[in-house]
Formats: sequence, structure tokens, C-alpha cells
Amino acid sequence: MSASASSGTAGGSIVTRVVIYGLLGLFAVIYLAPLFVMLITSFKSLDEIYSGNMLALPRNPSLDAWGKAWGSACVGLTCEGIKGYFWNSIKMVVPAVAISTCLGALNGYVLTKWRFRGHKLVFALMLFSCFIPFQSVLLPMATVLGHFGEIGRQLQDSIGTSLGFGNPTVNLVFVHTIYGLGFTTLFFRNYYEAFPTELVKAAQVDGASFFQIFWRILIPNSTPIIVVTVIYQFTNIWNDFLFGASYASGESMPMTVALNNVVNTSTGVVEYNVNMAAAVIAALPTLLVYVLAGRYFVRGLMAGAVKG
Amino acid sequence: MTTTMKLFAGALLASAFAMPAHAQVKEVQMLHWWTSGGEAAALNVLKADLAKQGFGWKDVPVAGGGGSAAMTALKAMVAAGNHPTSSQMLGYTVLDYAAAGKMGDLTATAKAEGWDEAVPKALQKFSVHNGKWVAAPVNVHSVNWLWISKSVMDKIGGTEPKTFDDLIALLDKAKAAGVTPLAQGGQPWQEATMFDSVVLSTGGTDFYKKAFLDLDEASLKSATMKKAFDNLAKLRSYTDANYAGRDWNLATAMVIKGDALVQVMGDWAKGEFVAAKKTPGTDFLCFRFPGTQGTVAYNSDMFGMFKVPADRQEAQVALAKATLSKSFQSAFNVVKGSVPARTDVPDTDFDACGKKGIADLKDANAKGTLVGSIAQGYGQPPAIAAAYTDVVTKFFHGQIATSDAAVTELVKAINAAK
Amino acid sequence: MSITDKLSGRDAPRAPAAIGWRERLQEALPKIVLAPSFAVTLIFVYGFIVWTVYLSFTGSKMFPSYDIVGWQSYQRLWTWTFETDPPSSWYTAVVNMGIFGSLYISICIALGLLIAILLDQKIRGEGILRPIYLYPMALSFIVTGTAWKWFLDPGIGLEQTMHAIGWESFHFDWIKNKDFVIYTVVIAGVWQASGFVMAMFLAGLRGIDGEIMKAAQIDGASTAQLYRRIIIPLLRPVFLSAFIVLAHMAIKSYDLVVALTSGGPGGAAELPSTFMYSYTFSRNQMAVGSASAVIMLMTISAIIVPYLYSELKEKAR
Repeated sequence: MSASASSGTAGGSIVTRVVIYGLLGLFAVIYLAPLFVMLITSFKSLDEIYSGNMLALPRNPSLDAWGKAWGSACVGLTCEGIKGYFWNSIKMVVPAVAISTCLGALNGYVLTKWRFRGHKLVFALMLFSCFIPFQSVLLPMATVLGHFGEIGRQLQDSIGTSLGFGNPTVNLVFVHTIYGLGFTTLFFRNYYEAFPTELVKAAQVDGASFFQIFWRILIPNSTPIIVVTVIYQFTNIWNDFLFGASYASGESMPMTVALNNVVNTSTGVVEYNVNMAAAVIAALPTLLVYVLAGRYFVRGLMAGAVKG
Repeated sequence: MTTTMKLFAGALLASAFAMPAHAQVKEVQMLHWWTSGGEAAALNVLKADLAKQGFGWKDVPVAGGGGSAAMTALKAMVAAGNHPTSSQMLGYTVLDYAAAGKMGDLTATAKAEGWDEAVPKALQKFSVHNGKWVAAPVNVHSVNWLWISKSVMDKIGGTEPKTFDDLIALLDKAKAAGVTPLAQGGQPWQEATMFDSVVLSTGGTDFYKKAFLDLDEASLKSATMKKAFDNLAKLRSYTDANYAGRDWNLATAMVIKGDALVQVMGDWAKGEFVAAKKTPGTDFLCFRFPGTQGTVAYNSDMFGMFKVPADRQEAQVALAKATLSKSFQSAFNVVKGSVPARTDVPDTDFDACGKKGIADLKDANAKGTLVGSIAQGYGQPPAIAAAYTDVVTKFFHGQIATSDAAVTELVKAINAAK
Repeated sequence: MSITDKLSGRDAPRAPAAIGWRERLQEALPKIVLAPSFAVTLIFVYGFIVWTVYLSFTGSKMFPSYDIVGWQSYQRLWTWTFETDPPSSWYTAVVNMGIFGSLYISICIALGLLIAILLDQKIRGEGILRPIYLYPMALSFIVTGTAWKWFLDPGIGLEQTMHAIGWESFHFDWIKNKDFVIYTVVIAGVWQASGFVMAMFLAGLRGIDGEIMKAAQIDGASTAQLYRRIIIPLLRPVFLSAFIVLAHMAIKSYDLVVALTSGGPGGAAELPSTFMYSYTFSRNQMAVGSASAVIMLMTISAIIVPYLYSELKEKAR
């Protein structure tokens, strides 16, 4: 499947192939080295960790640390591991990724194929928004979210439902969508920039509407960039700590905040083996996204679309 | 596939429209950063105490950065108008929130419970604002300790160092025996914490107070302060080559394993020894930093009590009472390595080091030698404490080359941070 | 899609006058689609930037205060910029940002592009290799920082292992050295982000029309020529995306520095992000923190705006 997806510019001699595989293998080993440290550490006992080389293989490999990270490490006063926090993160990440990716795709489409006066300025402004330091938005955003909470309470009292206002998870979805828009717009805009405008023009002549063109022509050709965007957004939102800790700590805390609570202690005993195991467990959903989404890294179908 | 999607979307919507987390009346909402196993177990005692009285516990744990992540979260919560019932806080933070009018008032409870007499006056500087009790202190840590490996000590035939020169002689012996003399964690806060002890030892308690608590410029740039920096440089020469960046607990592990003779660290280090099943007296020794016996450089964890609506105050008062109850103070501090924040708690459950800590605290409180650790934020507000840490760590790692330059920089940095 | 369908369905039987309205709607539709995103950006990014700028002129300490005191915070940063002996934290942060930013961005882009091109050569096992290059992004740096710290620690990591297997002269103690510690941050940073850059380039490569390549190959272009003359120029927009993403990560790197170096020996690994965070939240000098944020933003715009200008100008069709 991956072979058919590749461009195959190099048929290449055997020497070239050996060099290519050799380089890729070498890089793979280097990239895996820190994971190796984490894994062997997670199979060691604390005594063994303290007693020697961090790169030495475990003498008596044990899964205790993994069990503890999963089911009995303390995240606060509750010591039930990090397993319970997946759902908190998932219900925040999935909508935030979906909404920001959809909006980014639409924005990119408008900014490349339906240009208007000042489209460059709009793009530049949205792009520059990527650089705002989150530390400086933390407090004003908290105030805004506090007002949302107020609205939510009033709605709750008057119509019986808060419509999501003031819900910590909804707040996080809102915040992550806003601060992800710059990136998603950037990705799609730059990808659609290379997309043949003639196709769009032709469809317009055929009477296709704004959304029809988007849905039938651009989206089917956007698989690689959707993959990249989803990978980026999923990773960033899943790994966010600052917003999660500040706006949703407590029972709705996302996975990263829980992981951080397991790992970080200032004056308590540090269990490195549990920390390493917890870090890998917490990253599993993201890794799953990489593997699953990665399968769709196929070559675009543009050539076919031109013919059709 | 579509059914799963619908189910998922339904679940999302359901959780989105659920009631926003209202603070319940019979419940305390508690922000803290005690998430390691021992700390959580200790704090659970408090939760159980409250449960017995019928109060729930809504846990808001945010670990990281020695509480700085939690303080950032607290700021965001207060900005959004969601005051927690209580939050773990350090020193000047309590006073800042109190000055901003965010703290509640526990004076009536304090009167009834006799906190004014039981809690050391030095701590009350931070738990009482304008005559009102705003926080309940949980413990007293102190930083002027030496943690020594008994096995190494026996091997080199050392005895308790009484003066700084004794310490140097002891370190030399260890060096001669091929053991790393000083287990040092090379992070800014650790170096600054050690320097607190060095200054106390070099200049004495009155000098420390004058220089760090009163910020007397003449003392800050005095010959004594220069001597203190020189002594710090001396200590540095007894570390191993790889100390830079090392975490404090890895340094403690060096002492536990007998790879190093001594660590200068606050009493939380004892938690590591206990966790490694070591006993004071037989496996390790705890002495006051030489020349500082009789003085306690402290820091303390406080539970700041926020201004909450009248119907939530009952729970808050219950929390404050339980926090300063003798039983909790004993149970918690036995685990934490610190000593109780009131001087009338029996020391029966504590180990030898804990007993010594309790006696030292009582003594220091009576003599007026209980001083705030500047490195730990109990000597000066954060801006100045951080400036102090900056200078010490730059000196320790050679960006500031001489003790002359160090005192000049110290005065300059502190003035800039005022 | 549904909106237009609904609108056209409802409007179709109406009088001709409605057609003009519908066309106008159709014409305005792209702007309507873009408007919400743009509006929230204006409020929640630029509004908050204005707020930060305002704060930088106040005397804010622990909490925001709204009494203007003037340029004090900027004056302070300005003085610190020239304090080199001993280096002020701000000076160290600025210098480190230059070293870290330029190395991190250029190495990530070079490495990412190289791996993407290699992976695009009909590689068996691409599905296994790709996640291997990407996974560092998934792991929280709070923990991988510790793993890296150990790996780079001469006493317990790589150096000791090399000595143990007989390579006695191996020496690598950058993480302990105040002059080199920032380069270890670069190493760990590149490890973390280059995989994603690879993914971006791979997406770009896969988005290129296969016909173009075939045509070039028929013209007798060698593989190297093909990449240099045709494919890499076609990837220009990807370079822009990669640059922005990396610049943003470089500027916001926080966990990375803190977990790996705890600030470095004597604060030698200070970066503007750690500076900003500590002044805003830990040191209770919010005005100085805000001023440093403003200076950061101004520096970024000084770099980004000309780049954007040339990128966008050239692309105008």
C-alpha cells in the first residue's frame, strides 16, 4: 500500500537503494534512542534506576511500573492511575480538532480560490496569530470564560440547560479551536495554493456552487494535508498543559494535566519508572492517530481529476 | 461506523450540556500540588477527617515547578471568578491575595482554637494579614540540614562537624577516601537553598536577618557576605564533575547508596531515605548545618482560605480546623518529613530526625531565631528571592567569577527587583 | 453545502428580483465563511495583544493593574540587553534564542526534507518508519526531558556507556557546560519536531502532480536535477508552513528547556519563553513579563513580515 503511494522518482541502482535504506535505518535508530531509555527505565525497579547506568538493560524486567501508572498512581488524592483521564481528553480533542480543521480548510479554500481585496492581509493577520504567547492570553481568556460561566448559570436557571456555557470541556474546545485556527488555515491555504485554479474555474462554469466545489473537488484531493493538520492539531491539543491546568483542573482535567500530576513532584519521592510508563501510556492515542492517519498519506488524485 | 459516530457525538453533547461544575455547599474545593504517593496518602487523612464530619472533597491537583503551575492555575481561577475554598500557597502569595481582597477571614476560628499561641509567630507573619487569619499553616520545613551517609561516615571515621572548618575537614577525609564528598544537585533553587545555610553559618542569625530579611545594603556587600560566597565556592570544590542540572533526589540517592558523604538539603530529603527503607541513626545521620544549631531557616506550606459565599464557609472552617488539629499535624508531618506547624504537638510518632526538628523549632521559636529561608520564598517576596537565586547560581557556575563581583551583583539585582 | 442548498431551494421559485439578492449572497459567501474565524482572531489574538501592550506600560506585579507608569519595564529590559558580564537573564535569553532558533529551524527543515525525500522513494515499510520519525511529537516533554537528561548526562548516560564498552576517550558533557547547554536543547528539540516537518514535506511531495515528474523524467532530467529544479521549488509553500510552525515552536519552547536543563548551569539555558513565564507568573513582575512578550512579538514580526511579504507578493496571480 505504501509502495503504490510513493512517487517513485528513483528506480535506482542497488547501491542507491542500500544507501537510502541505510540512512533511513540509521535515523530510525537515533530517533528511537530516547524511547529506549524510557522503556528500559519503566521495566526497572527504583533501586536499580538509582544504582547505575541509565542505558543498562533491566536486570529483572517487571511490569509493575506499568500497572501502577495505569491503575494506581496518584493523580491527586485519588490514586487510580491515569486510565480514567482518556475520556476527558478525547471529548475535548476530537471536537476541537474537527472544528478547527474544517474551518481551516474552508478558510484556506476562500483565501486561495475566492480571493477578495485584502485577502493577503487577512491571511497574514491570521498567520501571525500563531505567535501569540499563551502566557499573555491566559488571564484575559480566563476572564472571558468566567463570563461564559455566568451566562451558563443564568441559562441553567432560566431554561434548564446551560447550552455548554461554562462547561470546562467546552471552554477548552473553544480555546483550542481559536488558537489552532492560524495553523489550520496556514496548512490548507498553502496546500491549496498549489492546487490548479483551472479546475475550480471549470466547475464554476459548469454551475457548481461554492460549497459543491469545495466538497466535490478540493476535499477529495486534500487527504495528505488533512492528515498533516489532524496530526498537528491532535498532538498540540492533546499535549497542552497550560490551558488544561488553568481552565479545567479538577475532575475534568485532561490527560496531560493528570500525567503532569503523576510525574511532577517538588518535595515528594520521584518514581521514575512509573513516570516513564505513564508518559508512554498517555501518548498512546496520539501514536494511534499517527499510525492510522499515516496510512492515508497517499499521493493526491489530481492527475485523475484533470482528466475527469 | 455511523452508529458509533452517533453514540460518540451523543456522549459529547451530553457532557457538554451537563451542569457546569458548581461549587457545592457541603464540599471543599482544594487546589494543591501534593501528588506524589506519600503526600497524597498524608493529605487523604485530612479528606477522611472532613468526610467524617459530612463534608465532601473536590480535589484540584496541579503539580509542577514547585507549585508555580498551581499558582498560575489559581490566578486563572480567580480571574474567572471561581474561588476555590482553599489553596496550598507559599509565603508571600498568601499576603498578595489578601492585599487584593481575595482571602476570607478565619479570625473567629483561630481565637476559638488558640492558634495565636500554638502557631510560631514567624509563621503568623504569613498566615495573618492586617490582624485577620487568612491561612492555615500545614507544616514547617527547614533547610539548614546535613544528610550524611552512615556507612561513609564510619569508613572515614568522621564525627558531627560543629563548625564550617570541621565540615571542610570532614569533606577532605571523604575525598581522601575516594568518595564524592558533597552530593549536590546543580539547579538554581538547590544552590540558593544551600547558600541560605552557608550565610547563616558564616555570619550568624543576626547577620542573616539583617542582610536578607531587612535587606540592609551594608550587610549585603559586607566582608561577611563575601566570606559566605567564598565558603560556597569552597563547598563547590567538593562536588563531583557532573553535578550541574542534577535533580535533588538523585543527589539524595548518592548519599543513600553510600556514593557520597553528605547532601545539604531541606528536610523533605528525609522522605527519600524513608522511602528507601533507611533509618536515621543506623543508615543515615541528620545534623544541622555546622554553625547553625539553634537557628531554623524555615519554609512552610499554607492552606490559604479564599473569600467564599456564606453558605460555603462552614466547610471552609471545618477544613481549617482539621488542618491545624494536632492529630492531622502529626500524621501528615510524619510522612512529609517536615515538622508540625504548631509547637504543642506530641513528637511520639516521629523518628529521631523528626524529634530533633520539633525540638529545634520550639527552641528557635522561643529564642526568636526562626528565620524565613530566602531561597524558599519566606525571606523576601518572589521578585527579590528570584534575584537572589539568580546571583547565587551564576556565582556557583562561574558566570560571576569572584565573591567581590558577587556581592556587587547581589546588591544590584536586589535593588532592581524592589 | 447545506446552507447553499437550502438557500437556493427556497429562493428558486421567487421573482427575478430575488436572483440579484441570491447572486449577491453567492458573491459574499466566501467572506461570510471566513468572517467568524477572522473575527475571533481579531478579538482573542489582537485584542489580547493590545491588552498585553497596555499591561507592559503599567506597574503590574502579581495581578494586572491598570495604572500607567510609562516605559519603566522597557527601560529595564533595554539595560539588561547590554549587561554581559555577568550576563543578565534577558541577555542570555536573547542570545540563546538566536542560537537555538536558527539552528533548530534550519536543522529541522533540512532533516525533515531529507527524510521525506528518502521516504518517498517507494520504500518498503514506510508505514513502520513514518511513525518512528513522528512519535517524539506525541510524548510529553515533561517526561522525555528526563530521558534526554539522563541520556546526555556524562555520569549515567551515553558517555558512561561508551566508557563501559571500551571507548575511554569518548567525551560528551555539553549538558553540564554553561557554554554548550543550549546546543543540547537544540538536539532534543530537533528530535522532537523534525518528524512533523518530515510529514509536512511528505504531504507536499504527495500533493505534487505526478504528470509533472513524469514529463521531467522524459526530458532526461536526473533525479538530483528533478528535485533541485522542479520538486523543491514546488514545495515553497510547505517551506513557509514549516518555517511558521517551527518558529512558533522555537519561541514557545518551555517544557523542553525546563525539563531538560532546569534552566541550565547558572541559568545558561534561559530562553525568552522561560523568562516571560517566570516574570509574569513566578516573579510577580507582570509588567516586565508583558514587555518581554511585546518585544518578542515585535521581533517576530520584524522577521516574519518581510518573509511573508516576499512570499505572498511573488505568489500573486
